Amino acid sequence: MGTLFSDLASQFHQSFIEADRWQRYLAGIGVSFTVTLGALCIGVILGILVAVIRTLHDQQRSTDRRVLLGIINKICEFYTTVIRGTPMMVQLLIMGFVIFRSSRNLVGVAILSLGINSGAYTAEIIRSGIMSIDPGQMEAGRSLGMDYITVMKDIIIPQAIKNILPALGNELITLFKDTSLVTVIGLTDLTKAAQQIQAKTYQAFMPYIGIAIMYLTVVMILTKLQGILERRMRQSDRR
Amino acid sequence: MKKYFAMILAGMMAVSLAACGGSSNAPAAAPAAEPAAEAEAQTEEAEAPEAEAQTDAAFTTVAAGELHMATNAAFPPYEMTSDNGGYEGIDVEIATMIAQKLGLELVVDDMEFGSVITSVQSGKADIAMAGLTVTEERMKNVDFTESYATGVQVIIVPEGSDIQTVDDLANDKMIGVQDGTTGYIYCSAPVEDGGYGEDHVTSYTNGAMAIEALKGGKVDAVVIDNEPAKAFVAVNDGLKILDTEYIVENYAIGISKDNPALRDAVNNALKELIADGSVQTIVDKYITAE
Repeated sequence: MGTLFSDLASQFHQSFIEADRWQRYLAGIGVSFTVTLGALCIGVILGILVAVIRTLHDQQRSTDRRVLLGIINKICEFYTTVIRGTPMMVQLLIMGFVIFRSSRNLVGVAILSLGINSGAYTAEIIRSGIMSIDPGQMEAGRSLGMDYITVMKDIIIPQAIKNILPALGNELITLFKDTSLVTVIGLTDLTKAAQQIQAKTYQAFMPYIGIAIMYLTVVMILTKLQGILERRMRQSDRR
Repeated sequence: MKKYFAMILAGMMAVSLAACGGSSNAPAAAPAAEPAAEAEAQTEEAEAPEAEAQTDAAFTTVAAGELHMATNAAFPPYEMTSDNGGYEGIDVEIATMIAQKLGLELVVDDMEFGSVITSVQSGKADIAMAGLTVTEERMKNVDFTESYATGVQVIIVPEGSDIQTVDDLANDKMIGVQDGTTGYIYCSAPVEDGGYGEDHVTSYTNGAMAIEALKGGKVDAVVIDNEPAKAFVAVNDGLKILDTEYIVENYAIGISKDNPALRDAVNNALKELIADGSVQTIVDKYITAE
């Protein structure tokens, strides 16, 4: 038992303290955060755009269909089909080695690939939120003289956000964990840092268990924040 | 989660391929172009029964009657995937002959290079044979057999690059390497220790991807072992190997420190193969003299 403990202690020392290796994890988690935040911004913007276009198309009256909207809608459908139909890792490899094969901005490539990927999923989540609001509310708003954007912004979206918050939180957590895939394009994120330390020390236990705990801690914090936000949004439910 | 499903599937396919690895009679030289995609599928080794099997000799192997070889099959001509889905290369053939001598069947476990030594240490594989250089730090973690080949780390650059010698690497260049290789260890060392620092090194999961990055211009040079370098340059136009060598090293087979009996058995078999010229024949078959 004693030897096991001293063994673990020396492994811990090798994996985290020796040669200031903890700094590598810190730098790695910084990259993971940067990629997550950047991808989140792209994902949400893309998601809202695609979701609004698709609901706009789906909810128009069958008597007067607009052609241009139909074309844009098809493009959006194509986007979600391709992105949801191919693995994240394959998308990263294509972005890293085919489309941006000469780019040295690996963080940029990672943000763009994860953002585009996340956008497709976010779009479907937001679309489900908008669809969950009775079309009667839109009709009521329009007949009161508000324009489409105002009704969307002030009436539909606020209600939709509350409905989709759990699903959006889920997507954020998935996005954060998916950053571990960027190792394939050579970016040193948290997972790559652990792999490199493992390759130097030949100790797998501490680096991998260590980063698992780091990922878990971040996800637990995100979940907590999501809980607070949900509670805040429920405040006006009953009065 | 669903995004990982594809990875699991790829892993399962690789396991089923690994089962039929071992025998290889493919023609010498001319390795398949850019095995990057296939090599990416990582073999998470099928759960080998923990029960240590007793063979006729005194040594034990991970699975009864089998010699599991941990390698990274994207390192031509030492190890690579053959067109029929098996494995071939100098290391694979030498290992096959060692296994024959020991009365075992060779099973190739393809994984990332960084995991090769760990998998031997943790008892998932019997021998680590992946163009593995003997270094001080590695000797603390595994036992090595006799050296069976000499490796030279060289620098690959695009034609017309302003990098002419090793010294030019220091001029704020981005260097591509393979994860966990000696090339990575030397280049990523701090400047005081003769390296270029982590910021000047991008490490890829295998050599072919580093070459791909070099071709695209993501990195200015790739530091990798000489023989794979030749194989990569042969199939990619516009790349050349610098005449100045980066460092000279010895390749050997890594075996767990907990298994001295197996180490001795493998080492003896290897010595016999070196003595009767079999190793040289295999090396000559893949590496044509200049």
